[in-house]
Amino acid sequence: MTTAPAATGTAIGMSGLTVRFTTRRSQTTALDDVSLDIEPGEFVTIVGPSGCGKSTLLKIVAGLVKPTSGDVSLLERPVRGPQKEIGFVFQKAALLEWRGARANILLQAEMRGMDRAQAARRADELIEMTGLTGFEKALPHELSGGMQQRVALCRALLHSPPVLLMDEPFGALDALTREQMNAELHRIWRETGTTVVLVTHSIAEAVFLGTRVVVMSPRPGRIIRTFPVELPAHRDYAQVMSDPRFDRLATDLRGLLGSAAANH
Amino acid sequence: MTENSLDTAGRQAAADEASGAQAAAPTPGAPHAVDGRSPSTVVKAPPDGARPPRRTLGRRAVTFADSLWRPALVLAVFFAAWWFVAAREYVPNYLVPTPGQVWETMTTQWSELARHTLVTLYETVLGFVLAAALGLVTAVAIAYSRTLDKALYPIVLFAQVIPKIAIAPLLVVWFGLGLTPKIILAVLIAFFPVVISGVAGLRSTDPELLDLAATMGAGPWRTFRKIRFPNALPHLMAGLKVAVTLAVVGAVVGEFVGASEGLGYVLLLANGNLDAPLLFADLILMSAIGIVLFVLVEIAEALLIPWHASRRAGVSLTTS
Ligand SMILES: Nc1ncnc2c1ncn2[C@@H]1O[C@H](COP(=O)(O)OP(=O)(O)OP(=O)(O)O)[C@@H](O)[C@H]1O
Ligand SMILES: [Mg+2]
Repeated sequence: MTTAPAATGTAIGMSGLTVRFTTRRSQTTALDDVSLDIEPGEFVTIVGPSGCGKSTLLKIVAGLVKPTSGDVSLLERPVRGPQKEIGFVFQKAALLEWRGARANILLQAEMRGMDRAQAARRADELIEMTGLTGFEKALPHELSGGMQQRVALCRALLHSPPVLLMDEPFGALDALTREQMNAELHRIWRETGTTVVLVTHSIAEAVFLGTRVVVMSPRPGRIIRTFPVELPAHRDYAQVMSDPRFDRLATDLRGLLGSAAANH
Repeated sequence: MTENSLDTAGRQAAADEASGAQAAAPTPGAPHAVDGRSPSTVVKAPPDGARPPRRTLGRRAVTFADSLWRPALVLAVFFAAWWFVAAREYVPNYLVPTPGQVWETMTTQWSELARHTLVTLYETVLGFVLAAALGLVTAVAIAYSRTLDKALYPIVLFAQVIPKIAIAPLLVVWFGLGLTPKIILAVLIAFFPVVISGVAGLRSTDPELLDLAATMGAGPWRTFRKIRFPNALPHLMAGLKVAVTLAVVGAVVGEFVGASEGLGYVLLLANGNLDAPLLFADLILMSAIGIVLFVLVEIAEALLIPWHASRRAGVSLTTS
């Protein structure tokens, strides 16, 4: 289903995005004039302080939130409503509590009317890959937080979407599993050529996975800077961690995030 | 500990059946159709090797008996007190008959009583089923459409606050002495809790789940079937339990106003003849209808939503 996207053009285009939420009590500017173009096959990671509008940004791209002003396009088409050429991993796992892990993953196939047998095979692959074997039938409340997130990840990957939007998908994982999942995701990205936008609070994760790291300011969220990650396309976790370029970039990011928070 | 793992196993099996039936529906012959039972179950066994024992019939019976003995005890005490008061004639027998007299009436007039019970049962069940169906449709309309919400909700509420007993005579005038007015009355009384619980359930869907459905390109029907409806079931079942007990009331009230059969009719007869044993027997049968139907809805609930927190047998330490 994944067709290697054309090398030209943008996978995701955002220009001048501003979002204001008006509630009964207050008005919040979540995003302020955000512009970003993402090419097909890129892996963009977004870091920024809590509440700066990262989740909102992903939801705009998915067509789930309408920006107050500005334009978004996905795969060269303007975003006017919910988009379905994507896999979305929500910040909360958002599982159906009456379905077992495997049935939750297969929801994707059922909602899209995909071929049953093929989807089932793919689901089993993903379950194995994410280490959920043995928990196929476990209901969400019987799974740990990290396992729930892995189920959500499998669900987002089931249909091999050309664009993957991930909102802190590994937030609830322990460090070791997180590294493994990072390596897995890196491999999937390399093999499929999927365009990925991933929001994270972990600088290491942002650098290891990204081809570009976008740093956002505290609310109202703006893009302060984007860093290209000068690491080989094919990465190995241990190697990257000991790479001096990794250290330098991580230090820069930490400094920038720290000063942004301090200036606020 | 054993109790716990036992319950988990039972619940899980039930959950699998439910989700398998309504959702994944594994195609026979597909590779995964088998994996649930055989190979992966072995892997799944906890490391200590203790495979959770299956829920046998015997164990089920034990659980059932365990849930029954407390109310049975209370009932026994009540019966003893009743018997004591009536047998000693602290209250004259034409007001409170002895359990023996009631039993005698019940057995000697059984064929008659059974016929009337069936009539009331029929009215109640039909009324309940219609109320459930109409209530659900109304709830969906209200939950999905702002316009219908504004149009229907006040009417539903208005219909609820009219004392149903007051319109019973009107229904008899309109529809005669047959079963129709009783069924309509049962529907009218049982309708409201279904609507209220249905609307509450359908509205309680996590918006994130609806967002998720949207990114999956699913239309409203699929979203309803796979997400909103199952999500509403716990609420809805609670409403149905209330509704089923109210449906009995509706049917009996309908019979009070004008009927030639049914337990409500028998009650009026017994009252007129000062036949206290018959009156008591009749009351017992009415309650029996309510209890049996309630239990049936409970069973349906246990089968439909074994996954819900309210049905999890796991012992929680917070009881408040
Ligand atoms: N539906 C909404 N209604 C009102 N305000 C909202 C809504 N969604 C988000 N906000 C506000 O917009 C701002 C950005 O929220 P968002 O969830 O995008 O932050 P975030 O960067 O993802 O934070 P975190 O890292 O904690 O997840 C917050 O101040 C939040 O209060
Ligand atoms: Mg967020």
